[in-house]
This record gives sequence, C-alpha cells and structure tokens, in this order.
Amino acid sequence: MTTQASVLANLAEVRAMIRKHKRNDFIFSIIGLLALMLGLLTLFTLFIDLVATGYPRFSLDFLTNYPSRKAAHAGLLSAWVGSLLVMLVTFISAVPMGVAAGVYLEEYAPKNWFSDLIEINVTNLAGVPSIVYGLLALGLFVYGLGFGESILTAGLTLGLLILPIVIVNTRESIRGIPIAIREAAYAVGATKWQVVFHHVLHYASGGILTGVIIGMARAIGETAPIITIGALTFIAFLPPSPVSDVAPFINVEWLSSGFTVLPIQMFNWLSRPDHAFHINAAATGALIIVVTLLMNATAIWLRYRIRKNIKW
Amino acid sequence: MASQVLQKPAEPTISARLAKNVRRHVLERVIEFILMLAALSAVATTISIVVILLYESFTFFEHVSLWDFLTDTQWTPLFENAHYGILPLVSGTLTTSAIALAVAIPLGTIGAIYLSEFASHRTREIVKPILELLIGVPTVVFGYFALLFVTPLLQRIFPELPGFNMLGPGIVMGIMIIPYISSMAEDAMRSVPMSMREGSYAMGATRFQTAIRVVAPAAISGIIAAYILGISRAVGETMVVALAAGQQPNLTFNPMESAATITAYIVQVAMGDLPHGSVGYQSIFAAGLVLMLMTLTFNIIGHITRKKFRETY
Repeated sequence: MTTQASVLANLAEVRAMIRKHKRNDFIFSIIGLLALMLGLLTLFTLFIDLVATGYPRFSLDFLTNYPSRKAAHAGLLSAWVGSLLVMLVTFISAVPMGVAAGVYLEEYAPKNWFSDLIEINVTNLAGVPSIVYGLLALGLFVYGLGFGESILTAGLTLGLLILPIVIVNTRESIRGIPIAIREAAYAVGATKWQVVFHHVLHYASGGILTGVIIGMARAIGETAPIITIGALTFIAFLPPSPVSDVAPFINVEWLSSGFTVLPIQMFNWLSRPDHAFHINAAATGALIIVVTLLMNATAIWLRYRIRKNIKW
Repeated sequence: MASQVLQKPAEPTISARLAKNVRRHVLERVIEFILMLAALSAVATTISIVVILLYESFTFFEHVSLWDFLTDTQWTPLFENAHYGILPLVSGTLTTSAIALAVAIPLGTIGAIYLSEFASHRTREIVKPILELLIGVPTVVFGYFALLFVTPLLQRIFPELPGFNMLGPGIVMGIMIIPYISSMAEDAMRSVPMSMREGSYAMGATRFQTAIRVVAPAAISGIIAAYILGISRAVGETMVVALAAGQQPNLTFNPMESAATITAYIVQVAMGDLPHGSVGYQSIFAAGLVLMLMTLTFNIIGHITRKKFRETY
C-alpha cells in the first residue's frame, strides 16, 4: 500500500517535471525566434524610419535633379546614372572572369598544391574587409595604372570585390550537376570544352545567375571602397553617353569620367550637420534598401525554384 | 559528319583528319589556359593587396619608426605636430567590435540553437531566406540607423551620451552580424549526426537539454569558427562606425565616448585632399595593413577551427 502511494506521489512529481520542461522548451523557442527576428525587426523599423523621414522627397524631381547646395532641390540624377554605369563595368569585369575561374576550379584543376593555393586565396579574399579593396584600388588603379578617380576604377574595384562571390556560387552550382550528364556528352564524342560549355554551364546557369545577382546587389550598396578611391561627392554633371550617334556608336569616354553613386551620395548628405540633407539621405537609403532587397529576393527565389524543379 | 561520310565513300586523307584533330586539341588547350588565367586572378588580387599595402607602408615607416607606431598613444597625422601611434585607432576598433560581439554572440547562438533544434522544417524554410536578405542590406543604411535612430534613443536613457559614441554603432553592428553568426553556427549544429540527438532523447532529455549538453558541445568548433569570422567582420566594418562613432582618435575603451576606428580613419583621410605620396596618404596604408593583419589572423583561426570540426564527423 505504502509503495503504491509513494509511486503515485512520485508520478505527480514526474508529471510536474515534464510539464515544466515542456514549458521551458516552449519559452526557449519563443526567445530563439525573437533573437532571429531582431534583425528583421530592426530592418523593418529602419525602413519605416527612412520612409517616414524621406517621404517629402519622394517625387520624380528627386530622380531627375542634380545634387544641389539647397537640400530641397537636390536630387539623385548623377548618383543613379553613376551607379548604373559602375555596375556595368563591374558586371563586365567580374562575371566572365568569376565564371571562368569557377569552371576551371571545378572541371579542370588537377588536385595538387596549385589548385589548393587558388582555393585558399578565394576563401581568404571573401573575408578581406571591403575597405582594403579600396586601398588596393587607390594604390593600383588610381595611381599605379593612372585610371584616376573614374567610373572604370570604381567598376573594377567592385568587380574584384564580388569576384569571390561569383566564383563560389559558380562552383557550388556546377558541383550539383551529376557526372552522368558529362559522361553522356563524352560518349557522343564531345571534347571537354564542349561538355563544359554546352552541358555543364547550361545546367548551372540558374545557380550562376543567383550568385551574380547576389554579387551585384552587394556591389550596388558598397560604400567604403568607393570612398577610399577618392570619389568626388559633389557631381553635378552626367558622364558622357556610352552610345553616340556617329560611328562606331560606342563611346568609351564615360569610363574615365568622374562620378558619384547612390551610397556615396547618401553618405555625403548624411555627414552634413544640416537636418534638411538628412531627409535626402533617408529617401536615398529607402531607395537603396528597396533595390538591394529586390535583387536579393530575386536571387533567393530563383535558387528556391531551381531546387524545386531540378531533380536529377 | 556521318552523312558526309555516307555520301562520299572516299575517306579524307589521314593527314587531313589528323590536322583537324590537332586543331581541336590545341583549341582545348588554349581554352584551358584562359580558364586557368581567370582562376589565377584570385591569386593576383591577393598578391596585389599585399604588395600595395607593404610598399606604401614601407615608405611610411621610413618617416615613422615602427616603435613609435606601436607605442605612441596619439594618432594625429594631419596636425602640425604629428604623432603616429596606432593604439587609439586599435582601441576604437576593439571597443566597437566588442560591443557588437556582446550583442551578436548571445543572440546569434540562441538563434542558431532555435533554428537547428527547435524550428519546424517550414519555419526554417521561411527564416533562412530572411537571414540571407538581412546579410545583403548595405551597411551605409545601418550607419544612418546608428546615427539618427539608435543614438538619439540611447540618449534618452543616458542623457550625457554624446552624438558620436561607440555604443550606438556597436549595437547596430551587432544586430548586423546576428544573421551571419546564426546561419554559420546553425550549419555546424545541423551537421551533428542525428543518432547523437536520438541517444539523448532516449535518455529522457528535453530538446533544450539535448541542444545545450549534446549538440552544442559536439559542434563547438564550428560555433567558435562562426564567432571568430563574426569578429573579423566587426573589425573590418566601415560605414557604421565612420558615420556614427566619430572621427576623433581617442585612446579609450569607454563605449560612451566617441572614437575613430582604423576603418573610419581611412575613410576620413580618403575624403580629404591629401596629396599622393605624403606621409598622411601613406598612413592610411599602414592603418590598412594593421586592419588586414587583424582580420587575416581571425580568418585563419576561424578556418582552422572549422576544418578541425569537419574532420570530427
């Protein structure tokens, strides 16, 4: 009788303990979710703050005006045109090079110290602070090669900066392609390059595109290296047009033109004490967030779709 | 090719066929060489970074002795009476990074444990892309947030807090690094074999007990690697501190004061008009070299720890 009673009493105790543990688990999972969502909450607050502050500047004029000493008349024309042109140079310099490097490392590179050296380098470059790329560009492009503080310099700098991102993403998406695809192509007599170009790159293109978009989104918001190369912050002119109406129709003068980009313009406005310019900075910040979030979201969605659709 | 052979029974001469093969072979080699050159660009970038930093720093150290650089407690390269002691910049960098880590390490770890051990598959599928989105937000925007939102908020709690201080940007940097740390620590914890968790559950442990006493210790080197790479990010972060921590080098570890970091100093000099080749110009390369050495050390330690953890399972 007594043992049964003690077991029963014990049972209640055990049940209480289980309840307590389950409650603790539940509390922890709430804390965990909150910890993760703190970043999202911050971003949300930040975005609301930017929109609420920058609201008076949301108009077409803001996009078609040059920067000005009067905050209310200042606009982003030279900044977004500059961003677009710099991104063009970045794309042209980083994407072919990064994809080629990724293909080499995945498909061609023999397993030896030389490939290891390249691999270690790529991993390391991804961890180098962006401002160091700015110092590299200042020493190499601006003074060493004499490109000056131009669109070309900025584009190449950001190109180097996103090169590791493009390489890593290219490699990852190539690695996912089954060996059978390659063997099938070899079996009908394709050369290695034909296998790579017609089949491997074709199937990897979605993954590569994801990496390219993430890299470009990074480049568009990157500020520190561009400041370091000494980009002017007051630019009230547009670079010469890349296309001309006389043959050969393509103009390269814009490459050596001075410029400003969106994040630099925002930084410039933000570092002034006058609050009126902070409103401009907020409106620019909202624009930058929208652009980068849209690009990143596109990349993530693309990757999700690829994962869902391709089942080898 | 095949139809051609059918139409013309006469075979092409052997030398013609060989010639074609040789051309194909050479083309393959050329392509492989071009691809290799592209891969070498990564090595070339590293070498150029090292060469540029070392070259300009050497010229800097012709004017400034290494001893002064490491021990002088003032950093005033732009003043008449110039002092070149890196310590104030290092103290600013370390203080802001320490605040960032005090925010990011606990929250990032809790987030990682939740994501790896508690969250349902559905939640994880939603949360992970959000973390990736957060990693992609440009830092200049966070600088705005630190300067014009967080600092005024903190000033309500600490009325004596100056407009430029290390606390606000440190906290914002910490929030920025949370997604980075949690997604890397989560990867480490997810690769702990399921059988270890099942063993723990079979003994009657709760999820929380399993996470803290079994999974986290098993993944500890991966988690520490995440912390170290987080430190490296905080040290190299530029825009948040350049905007909100102030431009005045200040040898202090007090987060309530304003102080310049190494990165903020580089930005400050680059925005001015220092002539190419002056000591002030070279000083940013010396500062950059110190920054590079700091982050490189952390990155190497991080990679070694992570590699060690990979070999365990």
